[in-house]
Amino acid sequence: MRVSTQAPGEVVRFRFDGVGYTGRVGDTVASALLANGVRLMGRSFKYHRPRGVLSAGSEEPNALVTVGRGAQAEPNVRATVQEIYEGLEVRSQSAWPSLRFDAMAVNDLAAPFLGAGFYYKTFMWPKAFWEKLYEPVIRRAAGLGALSGKHNPDTYDSAFAFCDLLVIGAGPSGLMAARVAAEAGLDVILCDEDFEMGGRLLAEVEDVGGIPAQDWVAEQSAAMAAMPNVRLMSRTTVTGAYDGGVYGALERVTHHLPRSAAPLECFWRITAKRILLCAGALERPIAFENNDRPGIMTAGAVRAYVNRWGVAPAKTVAVFGNNDDAHRTARDLHAAGVTIAALIDARADADVGDVPYPVHLGAQVIGSKGRLGLSGIKVRTANGKVEQIATECLAVSGGWNPTVHLTCHMNGRPQWREDIAAFVPTPDAVPGLEAVGACNGTFSTAGCLAEGAQAAARVVVALGGTAAQVAVPQAEDAPYNISPLWAVEGKGRAWLDFQNDVSVKDIKQAAVENFRSVEHMKRYTTQGMATDQGKNSNVGALAVLADATGRGIPETGVTTFRPPYSPIAIAALGAGSQGKGFAPQRLTTSHAGSLARNAPMIEAGLWYRPSYFPREGETTWRQSCDREVGCVRNSVGICDVSTLGKIDIQGPDAGKLLDLVYTGMFSTLKEGRVRYGLMLREDGTVMDDGTCARMGPAHYVMTTTTAAAGDVMRHLEFVTQALHPEWDVAFTSVTEQWAQFAVAGPQSRALLNDLLDAPVDNDSWPFMACGEISVLGVAGRLFRISFSGEHAYEIAVPARYGAALFEVLVKRAEAMQGGAYGMEALNVLRIEKGHITHSEIHGRVTAFDVGMARMISPKKDCIGKVLAGREGLVDPLRERLVGLRPVGAVKQLSAGAHIFDAGAAHVHANDQGYVTSVCFSPDLGVMIGLGFVKGGPDRMGERMVVRDHVRDLTVEVELCSPVFIDPEGGRVRG
Amino acid sequence: MRIPCPLCGERDRREFYYRGAAVVRPAVDAGPAAWDGYVHLRDNPVGRTRDLWHHEAGCGAWLVVTRDTVTHEVFGAELAAAAGLREGTS
Repeated sequence: MRVSTQAPGEVVRFRFDGVGYTGRVGDTVASALLANGVRLMGRSFKYHRPRGVLSAGSEEPNALVTVGRGAQAEPNVRATVQEIYEGLEVRSQSAWPSLRFDAMAVNDLAAPFLGAGFYYKTFMWPKAFWEKLYEPVIRRAAGLGALSGKHNPDTYDSAFAFCDLLVIGAGPSGLMAARVAAEAGLDVILCDEDFEMGGRLLAEVEDVGGIPAQDWVAEQSAAMAAMPNVRLMSRTTVTGAYDGGVYGALERVTHHLPRSAAPLECFWRITAKRILLCAGALERPIAFENNDRPGIMTAGAVRAYVNRWGVAPAKTVAVFGNNDDAHRTARDLHAAGVTIAALIDARADADVGDVPYPVHLGAQVIGSKGRLGLSGIKVRTANGKVEQIATECLAVSGGWNPTVHLTCHMNGRPQWREDIAAFVPTPDAVPGLEAVGACNGTFSTAGCLAEGAQAAARVVVALGGTAAQVAVPQAEDAPYNISPLWAVEGKGRAWLDFQNDVSVKDIKQAAVENFRSVEHMKRYTTQGMATDQGKNSNVGALAVLADATGRGIPETGVTTFRPPYSPIAIAALGAGSQGKGFAPQRLTTSHAGSLARNAPMIEAGLWYRPSYFPREGETTWRQSCDREVGCVRNSVGICDVSTLGKIDIQGPDAGKLLDLVYTGMFSTLKEGRVRYGLMLREDGTVMDDGTCARMGPAHYVMTTTTAAAGDVMRHLEFVTQALHPEWDVAFTSVTEQWAQFAVAGPQSRALLNDLLDAPVDNDSWPFMACGEISVLGVAGRLFRISFSGEHAYEIAVPARYGAALFEVLVKRAEAMQGGAYGMEALNVLRIEKGHITHSEIHGRVTAFDVGMARMISPKKDCIGKVLAGREGLVDPLRERLVGLRPVGAVKQLSAGAHIFDAGAAHVHANDQGYVTSVCFSPDLGVMIGLGFVKGGPDRMGERMVVRDHVRDLTVEVELCSPVFIDPEGGRVRG
Repeated sequence: MRIPCPLCGERDRREFYYRGAAVVRPAVDAGPAAWDGYVHLRDNPVGRTRDLWHHEAGCGAWLVVTRDTVTHEVFGAELAAAAGLREGTS
């Protein structure tokens, strides 16, 4: 209910579980529901116990809701973080058929059997039941909100930011620190996860510098918003500390607005020279029997709802605490007109002062009642008497835990401070980061302001500036005074981790079963393993474990804090890397032309290439492929080969570079000639192959395979920079600058001569010639090279002419009974000729293995030469390249199949080799293949067995030369 | 992680390609042990290490980066061209 006397803000309508409610601008779902008297907001994970909101911040374990519908539904949104807006639709989770009547609550009745380790001990056998029965049933019964299973249409963004000082948290410490640093001229980023700056000051009734705290916050925010050197980032949670001063931060950009095209979230990587962590502290509950009923909340949260949102969770509130801070909740609620049923302080000597409501010192709350919401509590007074007190809300404070998380993200461990019964950060655990204020164990506002100012001044000086004198305003400076109380003695179930339903008993059971290490206890009980990561409950749980194992809290230690501080959608982390952002499309200049000819496109790395060009009447790819192979073998075919890497190399030492990276000699290559080249890795295996053309005295054009273009470029950079910086040579990738087409087949020269401004003949352009040409008036390059084994050329023009040239070439070819050919035909043509691709040179193969040992020039050094000569790499019994031809009628060959001696069992021990490439050869009328066989070239004619265990194929083959067509090479020179 | 490229300034490590330890390429006739060491044998230092990074999404420079394997601190980077990575040039 609203208790605020302030003028109500603008009314906002939203729906929760289909029911319409109203709230005010600035409300969260939690505050608006509480204002409407809704306490039941969810069901627990395991026992489906009714749960209400516990906190007023991002640490919320209970009030998880699903926002939106359909593909845009967002599960596990904390009601305490989600701002309401007109038309917002929110649903509860983990309950069926409804939140008020949840059938799975029968789990709660079975609780005596479902304690820690129940699943481990029970669902062990039979093993087959795990996947089919146990897991699906358990998963359905447990679990949080469900994903829609549909493609997420929301957009996410990512961004980088840089600053001198990153201030994490905009409470009193953070605002003060940011202001001091900003006044000194530092470039400051101030992040806060709330939608308003101010942190805890928004939730308190106190003065700062003689004015209400909220006014001071507004003043500071306005002043800094006007400074060009300050960036205020609200709704931004700093989620992780990483190496080199890099911080991850999640900005919730439009969660507070109706869905639009704008990004929902933005994941920031902020690089800062210095960091001040001003993250505050999180309140922890006290465990007692049935301490999880809706209406039982942390004292600071209840105070926040009243002071910030003008909302009281109930008309009557009781307060239970072990520290002086809890007294403020009773004070503020009373002042707001809420009836205080009782203030119960576990400390007998607590100083409450003269207050107009019942006070029980040295007393403890030992139980609660109320089915779907709290109706009363049981209190054991100092003299041992048990009293029933009627109340619909209990505000509990077991003390405050400094938010040390980020200080532990780089292996740091926090230190125990006895006087505040809490862990505080270890100084310098993260380079460049200092914890300030409540997250450093300083809880008073005055202390926070002073620490913030001092820390900022230190940063200013460390970065070479001069800290301006900034007066620290007067503020609240009350003592904290705490006497630890983690769990009230009692028999019933007292809850620690509300989200994972872990009770004090479960922790004790873990200790009994010897899961004494805090990390083991965590995994055995699932304490702290839910989406809230135990922010309210971990310290309490380890205190109970410490007690159960007879150790102190510091010796028991904490579990490891890891990023992210609060949950991040994978979509936000992957922003920009979905779909085409993950795999950009590279399109050739003939792409539209290929599509116009109905070619199915296949991916080749990031490139898209035509698979084949179907013609009318062709119903299978094989028909098209066989025809296209026929075109090349009998007339002329056109294929876009622009995707091959092209590297333009120039300079007086270009020849030296090529001699070092290729096995062969290129410095002696004549101008106007092309040579095939093989590149090795330094360990002697083949890295890539291609051709290299000498265009001028100090000018070469290298081609690489499509797949290895990037690797080769990087390799050339390495060789010229790291190994031979003294060489005068420069190179650049021109892959995208030139469109290049293979014109292959007996009619290729006839076709070209119709287009070239100066015709070519066999004398001017013999096999492996190259040079500048003019084609239809466009300056280009012509290479007489052949991957198909036919008389062939590759013609290159600047990319802007590519589409036009492709059309002309294809039309001319079609008029000559030829046409365009795609990747399938290209593959058949090269297999028939025994030309290798990365199917063969797959990273474990040497020049010797592919029959090219003699290409390693004895006259010079080259990369990989020394180790390629190792005994084991030139062993004749190595698996070496051969051709494979099935024996008998047409048989199916398959790549990846293994090769065995005839009669041998098809087991690994008898393995003789494997098949790398297969195709149907239209020329030979059979399937043929390439493969590697032990001692292969010395076993020509031998009959072996190809066995494919995956496809269940067994084929008898004969080993043959890998060159199936025109072994003398007459056609290519024709 | 940030790498101070001598040509571009400090950049996010995502701009770089990692190769491995900055070892010196032996002479052709250095013998099998030297070549085995160059290609296969690597120290696994606790602490300071020097390795090769390529500023592939930046200026294209190959760098030798000195960093700490324990603290992840990056001490600095120099151009590989100046690092003497070929036998006889260091």
